[in-house]
Amino acid sequence: MSIPLGYYLMLSAFLFAIGLCGALSRKNAIIVLIGIEIMFNAGILNFVVFWHYKYFAVLTAQMFAIFAISIAAAESAVGLALVIAVYRYYRSVDVDQMTSLKG
Amino acid sequence: MDHADYLQHLTRQQWLIPLFPLVAAAIQSLLKRPARKLSAALTIIAMGLSCIFAVRAFLATIGGGEHHEVVRTVFNFTWFKFSDTASLDLGFILDPLTAGMAAMVTFVGFWIFVNATGYMHDDENFTRFFCFLSLFAASMLGLVISNNLLMLFMCWELVGLCSYLLIGFWYFKPSAAAAMKKAFIATRIGDVGFFLGILMLYWKSGTLNLYTHDPIHPGALEQAGALAQLTGWWGLSAASTIAFLLFIGAMGKSAQFPLHVWLPDAMEGPTPVSALIHAATMVAAGVFMIGRMYPLFTAEPGAWVMDFVMWIGCITAVFSATIAVAQFDIKRVLAYSTCSQLGFMVMGLGAHSLVAGQFHLLTHAFFKALLFLGAGCVIVGTHHEQDMRKMGGLRKYMPITFLCYVIGTLALSGFPLTAGFFSKDEILLATYHHSKLAWILGTFAAFLTAFYMTRQIFMVFFGRWRGGDEDRGHGQEHKSHDERGHEHHEPHEVPWNMWLPFAMLSVFALLMGWLGTPWFHDNLFHHYIAPEEVASESSNLVMGLSIAVALFGILLGWLIYGRKTMEHATDPDPLAPTLGGLFVFLNHKWYIDELYEATVYRFTATCGMFFRLFDKLVVDGILHAIAWVVWAISQVFRWVGDEFFINGGFDSGCESVRLGGKVLAKLQSGRMQNYFRVLSLGAAILLLMYFFT
Repeated sequence: MSIPLGYYLMLSAFLFAIGLCGALSRKNAIIVLIGIEIMFNAGILNFVVFWHYKYFAVLTAQMFAIFAISIAAAESAVGLALVIAVYRYYRSVDVDQMTSLKG
Repeated sequence: MDHADYLQHLTRQQWLIPLFPLVAAAIQSLLKRPARKLSAALTIIAMGLSCIFAVRAFLATIGGGEHHEVVRTVFNFTWFKFSDTASLDLGFILDPLTAGMAAMVTFVGFWIFVNATGYMHDDENFTRFFCFLSLFAASMLGLVISNNLLMLFMCWELVGLCSYLLIGFWYFKPSAAAAMKKAFIATRIGDVGFFLGILMLYWKSGTLNLYTHDPIHPGALEQAGALAQLTGWWGLSAASTIAFLLFIGAMGKSAQFPLHVWLPDAMEGPTPVSALIHAATMVAAGVFMIGRMYPLFTAEPGAWVMDFVMWIGCITAVFSATIAVAQFDIKRVLAYSTCSQLGFMVMGLGAHSLVAGQFHLLTHAFFKALLFLGAGCVIVGTHHEQDMRKMGGLRKYMPITFLCYVIGTLALSGFPLTAGFFSKDEILLATYHHSKLAWILGTFAAFLTAFYMTRQIFMVFFGRWRGGDEDRGHGQEHKSHDERGHEHHEPHEVPWNMWLPFAMLSVFALLMGWLGTPWFHDNLFHHYIAPEEVASESSNLVMGLSIAVALFGILLGWLIYGRKTMEHATDPDPLAPTLGGLFVFLNHKWYIDELYEATVYRFTATCGMFFRLFDKLVVDGILHAIAWVVWAISQVFRWVGDEFFINGGFDSGCESVRLGGKVLAKLQSGRMQNYFRVLSLGAAILLLMYFFT
């Protein structure tokens, strides 16, 4: 209870930054996915923290958090399936090699 | 520390019991394949530790019930808090039901795990197997200690998941893959009822805790009396409606009549898994859950739900026993026998005797684990042969297995003074006081039990060894088999780590019944588990008749199968000519699978066909019609307007757009991380603008 709001927000910002770094700089598609997940969770943490400090009405933030978690789960399932499909096709999960969307 | 404090202390530590196997499973999931010894040691040590804690709790609950009340301590805590009023709790319970069950599961599980190290010795996925086994035990123990329907349901589903994984452990066999799906789907049908029951309980009572010992926020079971006053559905009170829905879940899990189909197919898993599923974990969960929720079942006097429970149990008991008579697979006979014994337990519970049902659950766990481990040893000893017609004469080759198997058979058949005798007798006695017809059917099932088990003993262990018969014709095959290390294609005794477990269990199968014998002044087990329950009046008729049918079943088994044993693996069953079509009917399990295929499966497939046709003809037809109309209109416009007026002016415009596109296409590198970087940069710039302006 005594931990100030700012600490949580800092933690969440750090998490977001770590996730962003991972998603931007790594070449392995799975690590990129993990980075995206971390960013997701940073956002969810914000929801829950703001709820904890009563910035929201009763259940809104909890519901957002639960929905976001379930969507994140679905998203990672789809993402991993895509990675596997991509791996079958290219025999690699290096994102720099996936350039078939080139204009 | 006085006794009440000590019990409270133990209750707070109940979570340690499932923790050990859970941690073991977690570690094993990270181990590499060759770490076989470490994996087996982890599983067995974890289970041993759980067993110590479970037995400690068990000992503490003994001797507390002097004042004719059950020793029951609970520990609840909030898991999830939505608001000041709505929260979800979890909790542990320590009462005789839980303590006895946990001690049984850990003890039997421990010996099954020891046996599994021998059975799975040559399997390359040894570590994965033990990881699943640990998780299986952990989830079952979690189910047993939970004082909360939510936690119970989670563990219930985990148990289902683990059985799915273990039944399909050899997933490369198509039959195993089909069996795992069947087990999962059949139990899931029951789980729908279970989940509805949980929802309705929460709706009507406002809590999922079972006991709280708190008059302000009473637990669900403490409100059973009040729930019996509310009206529910189908002419039942709310309490009975919930009980009915919960029972549907138990029917799926404990393989009761319409949903029993998955249990025999679950034989596709490795044999230690069968032992675990049939004795200690999966199917025991259903019966245990009925026992746990018993106050709801009995809350409304005279409701039909208890009769329903009793009759479902009775039908299952007789029905599966008849099928077991005509099976040839050693494990399938045992599987149908389990179905039948579960029917007995449910019948006892339905006849208002919690004691009888739970006592049979405990004794059955010991001798059925014993029989399955014995069957596993027979299968290993005969080089993975499961057809009883190709066995025979194993008495000479596997004396220890033979001895223990006979003990298990006697216990299961209800031979006087063994464990199964006392527990089955108590069920029949309770049923006798409720319905004479159910009692007669139950006694008939007991007779069949003795008969098919004797049949199995004589087919497997007596006569001459019939396994070599077919190999003479396939000399080449035989040779290649030899090169894999089986020098003699003869059965052999199994190593000590396989026979020791069931030797231990056989001691219990012989002696455990004395805990619940009616012949002492006070029935110990009855006194322990439910001192408030009125003991059924003992009846010499019931006991005499059950002794008589057990002996008669064994005698008949000897007459038909023992006097003249089978000579060749291809010989027909001695019963087959006598029973004729009936034998085939039983051998095909009353054609239940075929019936389901012809009705449920066919119905679903027909619906699918119909919707596909609908999609193809109607939906696609409409779409194509619209498309055609649009296309026709566009053709008109094309010839009238486009070709003449617009094209000319447009072409020059297009040329410039294409030039621009060429430049922009350079940006479209196809590297998504570049896009993402640009996006992040833009977001960062926007953020900076927001802060500094």
